Amino acid sequence: MSTPVGVSTGLDVRAEGLRKVFRTSQAPGGPGGGQPFAARTTLKGRATTSDVLALDGLTLEVNAGEIFGLLGPNGAGKSTTVGALTTRVRPTGGRAFIGPHDVWRETVAVKRLIGVVQQTPNLDYSLTAGEILSFHAAYFGMSRAEREAKALALLDRFRLGDRAGQLVMGFSGGLKQRLSIARAMMHGPRVLFLDEPSAGLDPQTRLLLWEIIREYNAAGRTIVLTTHNMEEADAMCGRVAIVDHGRVIALGTPAELKRSVPGGYVVRVQFDAPPAALVEALKAFEGVTDVRAAGDNALDLYADRGGPLVPQIVARAAAAGLGISDVHISAPSLENLFLHHTGRSLRE
Amino acid sequence: MNWKAFVAMLQRDWRVARRNFAFLLVQTMLQPMLFVFVFGRVMTRSGFMPPEYKSLLLPGIIAIAMMFSGIMGVAMPLIGEFQYTREIEDRLLAPIAIEWVALEKIVAGALQALVSGLVVIPAAWLVMGSGVDISFHAPVIFLAFATLVSLLAASIGLALGCFISQTTIGLMFSLFVTPMIMFGSTYYPWSALAVYPWLQRAVLVNPLVYASEGFRAALVPQFPHLPLWIDSIALAAFVAIFLTLGLRLFRKKAIA
Repeated sequence: MSTPVGVSTGLDVRAEGLRKVFRTSQAPGGPGGGQPFAARTTLKGRATTSDVLALDGLTLEVNAGEIFGLLGPNGAGKSTTVGALTTRVRPTGGRAFIGPHDVWRETVAVKRLIGVVQQTPNLDYSLTAGEILSFHAAYFGMSRAEREAKALALLDRFRLGDRAGQLVMGFSGGLKQRLSIARAMMHGPRVLFLDEPSAGLDPQTRLLLWEIIREYNAAGRTIVLTTHNMEEADAMCGRVAIVDHGRVIALGTPAELKRSVPGGYVVRVQFDAPPAALVEALKAFEGVTDVRAAGDNALDLYADRGGPLVPQIVARAAAAGLGISDVHISAPSLENLFLHHTGRSLRE
Repeated sequence: MNWKAFVAMLQRDWRVARRNFAFLLVQTMLQPMLFVFVFGRVMTRSGFMPPEYKSLLLPGIIAIAMMFSGIMGVAMPLIGEFQYTREIEDRLLAPIAIEWVALEKIVAGALQALVSGLVVIPAAWLVMGSGVDISFHAPVIFLAFATLVSLLAASIGLALGCFISQTTIGLMFSLFVTPMIMFGSTYYPWSALAVYPWLQRAVLVNPLVYASEGFRAALVPQFPHLPLWIDSIALAAFVAIFLTLGLRLFRKKAIA
């Protein structure tokens, strides 16, 4: 019964119409929230509790071996989704599966396949960093020799080697987060859930984390991560589900999602002389919606495409006797996409 | 049932108990020892209490020490682990049904209570000095009864630990633990309450009464006591009630 690892194929995570209604008094920790939709009233007509709809028929499928992102603002239902997929939140309706196992009917089998990093640190304050990893692995039936070797290796990988013998009480947020992720990897889970893995981390630690997550994924494991950071979703995820009000409102690769927004590309062209004469000609290009000056010698083209415009721009500039010193294409961002789908910014 | 995970959790608790040994010792022993010193030594030596009171007191002290350490041993860590450190989440995600996570707490707390009971006997004896007249004429029955008391203490700890929030810990003591000790037939036999018949009947809802009276039956049968079989049945019933309640509350807390 040692680590149930193995490169998996097919679907690893499936959610079918997940629905979750919280009584306000039992809403889970963290900044999640959902939206109140009904006030419960007593006979006397006084409101006592109001229900919060956290998941509203959320459906998604995650393929084995992919890095899947749940992107959405705080309170969109990301953490509740992770909870419902990891046995910690009982859905009010719908079903969830990890591999072949129903999350609610076969909780123990499901727990063997998953590793979970919660948004709020939940390390064991009575134990040292090394003990935390070792006991976690012991719960999964790993032998002492096996788990001690693995703990050392992971502490090293997460640059926590010199902390092995310390109690975690005084650890900084970044140290705790690294240790939490190391702990979740200890038993080599087939599916690793990371709820806001890089929230509050400094840039170097974030990069280290991304690197380790990619490594873990490269070994054939599935990653499901939540984030409200579009840069992270863009950099890490093969596919992204954009979640809002407990529903998936868009799904695809980051590039596909970005392409689905009309316009959204910005092509900045730096000329070697003032290009005022070109503006009207560039505006007439197919796909270009607007052209604005960006400094003395530069123009911003707002368009529904990026690269394909460049040859035309170069040709047109040459015809006008202008040289081009720089071209920069900004692809549409997930931030723009979220705005497009919800009319709200991710950061709101 | 995943015994490997269960045993690993017990080992985790054992590691923590060893690390906090001095703290645990003071937490569970200081209060009963102070009572033993004041009532068992000072009051008897100064003549305000007859010397026989020492023997009457000891079973009650054992009951308090066990009950207190079992309740604290489960409730305090649970309150902290659920609400402050959230560290229980790692065990809730272990490949074992979550009821077993609660039962592991019960086993660990009961062991702690049992050890407290076994340590408090010689310690109290020592503090009270000569004149303690108790007999271990039936060690197996005594141990079996002590195990039952330990399980009860841990079960109450589970229910309380899942029921009480971090902000109301103080209330737990003043509302629950202190009245339980004062009306638990610990410093006097249950029969002494015959002077207040309504009170005598009311305290029968207090499980500590049966623990104290049972230890009196097992160790100092020369004093009036409720028969051991009644005590045992009552304790078993309380274990069933608190365990059921505790497991239900635990599940509610563990799963949103």
